[in-house]
Amino acid sequence: QTGSVSGKVTDSKNEGIPGATVLIEGSTLGSSSNMDGTYNIQNVPAGAHTLVISFVGYNTVRRPVTVTAGQNTEVAAELTENTTQLSEAVVVGYSSQRRQDVTGAVEQITEKQFVKGQVTNPEQLVQGKVAGVQITSGGGAPGAGTQILIRGGSSLNASNQPLIVIDGVPVDNATLAGASNPLSLINPNDIESITVLKDASSTAIYGSRASNGVIIVTTKRGISGEKIRVNVSTLNSVATPAKYVPVLTADEFRAYVNQYGNATQKAGLGTANTDWQKEIYRAAFTTDNNVSVTGSAGKVPFRVSAGYLNQNGLLLKNSLDRYSGSVGITPRLLNDNLKIDINVKGSVIKNNFSAQSAVNSAVYFDPTQPVTGSETRFQPYGGYFEFLLPAAGNTYTLNNNSSLRNPVGLINQRQDLSTVKRSIGNLQLDYKLPFLTGLSANVNLGYDVQRGEGTLAVPASAASDFTRGGISRQYKQNLDNLLLETYAKYTHDLGDKTHLEVLAGYSWQQFRNTQFNFDDNKADGSVYIPANRTYDGQLQYTDQYNLLSFYGRANLNISDRYLFTGTLRADGSSRFGPSNRWGYFPAGAVAWRVKGENFLADSKFVSDLKVRFGYGQTGQQDIGITNLYNYLPLSTLSTSTAQYQLGSQFYRTLRANLYNTNIKWETTNTFNIGLDYGFFGGRFYGTVDVYKRTTNDLLNNVFVGAGSNQSNAGLFNVGSLENRGIEVVANVDVVKGEKFNLTVNANATLNRNKLTKLTTSDNPNAVGIQTGNISNFDGLGSQTIQVNTVGYASQSFYVYEQVYDTNGKPVEGVFVDRNGDGTINSLDLYRYKSGRPQAVLGFGANMNYGKASLAFTMRSNLGNYVYNNLRARALFVQNSNGFVRNVSDEALYSGFTKNTDRQFISDYYIENGSFLRMENVTLGYDFGSLLKEGTTLNLSVAAQNLFLITKYKGLDPEVVDPTNGSLGIDNTIYPRPRTFTVGLNFGF
Amino acid sequence: CTKDLDQAPTYLASADVIYRDPAQILQVLARLYGGLAVTGQTGGNGPGSAQPDLSFIDEGYSNYIRAYFKAQELTTDEAIIAWGDAGLPDYNRLTWNADNQFIRAMYERIFFQISACNEFIRQTSDDKLASRGITGPEAGTIRQYQAEARFLRALSYFHAIDMFGNVPFVTENSTVGENPRQGTRAEVYTYIESELRAIEPLLLAPRSVYARADKGACWALQTKLYLNAKVYNPSVTGNFDAAAVAADKLLRASSGYSLTPNYTHLFLADNDRAALRNEIIFPVAFDGINTQNYGGTTFLVHGSVGGSMDAAAYGIISGGWFGMRARRNLVDLFPGFPGATTDQRALFYTAGQTLEITDPSAFTDGYAVTKWRNVTSTGVPGKDVTGTFADTDFPMFRLADVKLMYAEAVQRGAQPISTSGTALQAVNDVRLRAGAPALASFTGDGLQNILDERGRELYWEGSRRTDLIRFGKYVSGYNWPFKGNRGASDITTGRDVEPFRVLFPIPTTDLVANPNIKQNTGY
Repeated sequence: QTGSVSGKVTDSKNEGIPGATVLIEGSTLGSSSNMDGTYNIQNVPAGAHTLVISFVGYNTVRRPVTVTAGQNTEVAAELTENTTQLSEAVVVGYSSQRRQDVTGAVEQITEKQFVKGQVTNPEQLVQGKVAGVQITSGGGAPGAGTQILIRGGSSLNASNQPLIVIDGVPVDNATLAGASNPLSLINPNDIESITVLKDASSTAIYGSRASNGVIIVTTKRGISGEKIRVNVSTLNSVATPAKYVPVLTADEFRAYVNQYGNATQKAGLGTANTDWQKEIYRAAFTTDNNVSVTGSAGKVPFRVSAGYLNQNGLLLKNSLDRYSGSVGITPRLLNDNLKIDINVKGSVIKNNFSAQSAVNSAVYFDPTQPVTGSETRFQPYGGYFEFLLPAAGNTYTLNNNSSLRNPVGLINQRQDLSTVKRSIGNLQLDYKLPFLTGLSANVNLGYDVQRGEGTLAVPASAASDFTRGGISRQYKQNLDNLLLETYAKYTHDLGDKTHLEVLAGYSWQQFRNTQFNFDDNKADGSVYIPANRTYDGQLQYTDQYNLLSFYGRANLNISDRYLFTGTLRADGSSRFGPSNRWGYFPAGAVAWRVKGENFLADSKFVSDLKVRFGYGQTGQQDIGITNLYNYLPLSTLSTSTAQYQLGSQFYRTLRANLYNTNIKWETTNTFNIGLDYGFFGGRFYGTVDVYKRTTNDLLNNVFVGAGSNQSNAGLFNVGSLENRGIEVVANVDVVKGEKFNLTVNANATLNRNKLTKLTTSDNPNAVGIQTGNISNFDGLGSQTIQVNTVGYASQSFYVYEQVYDTNGKPVEGVFVDRNGDGTINSLDLYRYKSGRPQAVLGFGANMNYGKASLAFTMRSNLGNYVYNNLRARALFVQNSNGFVRNVSDEALYSGFTKNTDRQFISDYYIENGSFLRMENVTLGYDFGSLLKEGTTLNLSVAAQNLFLITKYKGLDPEVVDPTNGSLGIDNTIYPRPRTFTVGLNFGF
Repeated sequence: CTKDLDQAPTYLASADVIYRDPAQILQVLARLYGGLAVTGQTGGNGPGSAQPDLSFIDEGYSNYIRAYFKAQELTTDEAIIAWGDAGLPDYNRLTWNADNQFIRAMYERIFFQISACNEFIRQTSDDKLASRGITGPEAGTIRQYQAEARFLRALSYFHAIDMFGNVPFVTENSTVGENPRQGTRAEVYTYIESELRAIEPLLLAPRSVYARADKGACWALQTKLYLNAKVYNPSVTGNFDAAAVAADKLLRASSGYSLTPNYTHLFLADNDRAALRNEIIFPVAFDGINTQNYGGTTFLVHGSVGGSMDAAAYGIISGGWFGMRARRNLVDLFPGFPGATTDQRALFYTAGQTLEITDPSAFTDGYAVTKWRNVTSTGVPGKDVTGTFADTDFPMFRLADVKLMYAEAVQRGAQPISTSGTALQAVNDVRLRAGAPALASFTGDGLQNILDERGRELYWEGSRRTDLIRFGKYVSGYNWPFKGNRGASDITTGRDVEPFRVLFPIPTTDLVANPNIKQNTGY
């Protein structure tokens, strides 16, 4: 009494898997699948059985089946790819390697591990996913800039951004006018994997740009012989403010002013109840639609995609529209000996920035005042309520003692628009030379071109620019980056599983940045400040630098057990003078794949074990586009507003600039010891890395001896800093079943940053270099809250120690005399904590039950401290002439009223900013072939920024300014929204 | 292909190109003068503007005149400031230390200026000019420019030794990038003196081109240098006679200089009018459209306005900054104010203000000073429509100062010179112009009369600290509210401070950057 079992084994794309093994458990009956993935097992005894379906590289699936005599039972099985697979290809510089052969600290995140939901910028795909990589957005605006810090950052004044390589083109990280984040011009939907190279042995092949790590972005490709598939997806989301900045309500504010204010201030109170933050924020909708066609046209695999994103910001009027497209063609010619790779990506973004200054003014604007005032005195300002001062003859003038303007007016009376375009593309030819087996040559021609332009229009009636008669202004910038790269690779089998690969190459890259000068006009079009002609009489100017490189790498693999890698890159940069131009960056690594040894070969417990050790030198040269010619003695022509009068004529002047003929590379030495592990048949796997990175010859903005050069300070190679840390990654397949699967991944990073040298000569009285501007009140001038001092973390807070009364309440203006000299002065400041987290944690899980799936990503920073600038400003200022600012609810507690500089730099306002954020939760359901065989339909529902657990009293403790690297100073940021998304993905 | 690594921008200029073209050389010279007025190459909008001259300092603070005013006036009996910028209250109270950012701003601005002048002098040597094809009359013009650069360098060295004592000593013969050695105060004094003597014949005739350093400027600086010489080098002799001789070159009728009839017009937006050029010997020129920054007279006008003062009346509709007021000692120099004085120089605003100061940070404590304004003599606001940047020029040297210096030199033992008259006549010239009655005679040696007259005539023009030190009344023997203040008892009277405070400290940053430099005693 037997029956038969048949069915189809498919992958996640519903493609048949040929050659899969299908067994009846506990018997010798079985079959393998055909070319189309179907199988058929005859003569199966009737009754209940279990089918075990397996294939290399996929997770094994078990399916119950009840066989009826004389009948065929259909059992289909979908196999999911096994990502732990050691033979998975990992992208490294200029090539890819099997996971098991990698000798450096390299982490690769592929599409299915990406953060889901509404992702606008590519870097958000891996936020919280990679150990040692801290990704922080500057705020919640669409397309906001991001700070990416790998292993704490190796530089002080030079850029700490990693090198980003997109499909083989190292892209420009100069900021483009009109784009808050140039990476937002890349559509995340086109990305297949993001690989992060962290240690010197993996990054040194990129030489002088590698000190802060390398991020390699690989976009999706067509596969040869594949059927043409169309994928259409749409994501629609609504974002709402998760929280508002805690300031006084109108009633609280009235009571507050009545308690502390003078007669004028009390009289100035209004009767309205306006919540300014609610006035300027909204529920914001986003729609993100993508279509892609992947397949093979004849023998030419291709992928074409198009996307349209319309994202609205929380702030009224703020929006981003992105139109993107990409084409990838990857034919193989000459018996597959010539691989051609053509990629062209392009996008256009239209930004409406609204009025970002409203974010701040909505916090501080008087809540007792109405949005608009019907009185005639407000008519000149578009009817918006503004602070006015009485003038002669019962008239009023704008109160210019206040830079606070009506937040709603700011938004409605401002059109801040930009259009930015970017295209990245390359043509890569890889040819296996016929005369020598194992030798191939590669040529890569690439470009990265960006165009940014924008306009700003403010009517003459806007209070913000009333005195100058409004604004009509434009700007424009071009960035052009060209790449020519060629390398040869030779691979050779030395027998006994011993393998050698050698690579040598040459690269030329050019970066041009052209800026255009325009008249600055008033609203009526008349010229306010005329455009400046440059020294050579142009209305535009171009900065250019070139990079020439030679590089090589050798990999030796002995018996799959002992792995050796050596790399060397020589980089020449036009940023430095002839004697310092060339830098040489060597690195080496050894790895012992313990798993490959006989004693572990059959171990069921240990599925992978590899020890890695790497050392190398990398460089940094990116000191910003304004510092391209430091080694040359040059003079700058002044603008028309910085002329000087001699006789009756004004002269645009020529100023000699400071120069440093000896300027050269920063050098970072990195030691890395790593362990790759896998246990329980690969169900528990991950890595542990310990590193120490020392940067010498820091490109550091230091004081020079007075009179020795043309300024008081400049960029010199002075100083050292150190980052030490541990990174742990663990992945656990907790449950691996037929219906239910649960995998959990976690990563943790501990990094300690310390400055070890900052000046040429040591002086015990030197406090270091103060940094970190804060916002205080009129009459206090500019103040800083942080300091860089040898022996401490960079950007440590530098503050007075607050004195508290017996009830634990702070006493205003009273501080601890820390040096005991009887007076409180700058010598009593001390270094207290820093904005850098002690630990950065990421935690995620994926589970599925049948066709339903649930995934989430959480992030946590521990031990990062934040200066709460809003609380520091919670004091009553008597001197405010005709207006009063709203304050944090802190003011009701402290009751501070003295506007003194010291109180602003008290440690009372340094708060622990540790947090746990639910970055993303996604619930999905796979309807499979609902409509027609071969189609797929997925529905997902996601929530982003669902909750934030922190003791921090402000809006959000994650505060960085990607434009200047400042961190840990919270002076109100554009709030990060809470977003709910519904997504639909249809494939056929 | 490695030639690609030689990149030079076309929008920046190299010395080789500039110094072939007299027109461009003049643009560099304009920048040397501009070193006293501007803060960068883009019109200085506070921190973060694109081309500041100095780093690690708020761009507005780094302005020469702003730093000079704060160092010379806030540390004296004439002025106090409300603002709490770190280190600024220490100026009010004479309690500064070597980390003070305002002291550093002054020091760095002085040496920025000296470095710029050195570079100009270096590039305009006869050899270099000849090698770049500049010869004949053109070379003569450039030589005269070079003399002006040497004047500006001497002026800054004068400020350097006056405020800091022994200072880094760099000339056109020093190598760029090398740390300079420290010159003694006496040595640098001698250097300044010899430079001024050397350039005197090369400079333009008096008043030939507005705002250029001409012979008149040279004589004025010589007068000031000689008058203060014993402060810099106690063993100097004959300096008072030398001061009188230099002053006489300006005071004698044939010089063409004269006091302007209306005192108040000296500090207004149109003080570059021809009518005032006979009194203002050397101005630092500002302009609300073309020479913008947050120092200079923009700072002086805005900083003086606050309380119930109508900003529009001072030509600054963008608002007052609620900063400086007079200490009572200054007001007390005008007995009978506000009612009984006829002296036009008592320019105080009293409505809502108190004479006594109990809280320096409250603008209404202390009388406000209305001397600096951004309106013209006919009451029209300055050119900047936003009412931010001032047109008013800053008189670095003016004739009334020279008259008082002459009088002082004579009272200190110099031989009077007939073409300049007696000391008493010189003082009375100044008094009468301002509507104050003439003095019948000096009291005693007349020095107290002269010091007080300098206070009345020159207050808030950056002269006071130097004057009080020369008269031996800076650190002890004469006090003012908040001086040396450590507690409530010193608020109204002040107290003596340590003798070493006649000099400012060398900023710690320079001690770190240049190991050749030693700190002044006491700090």
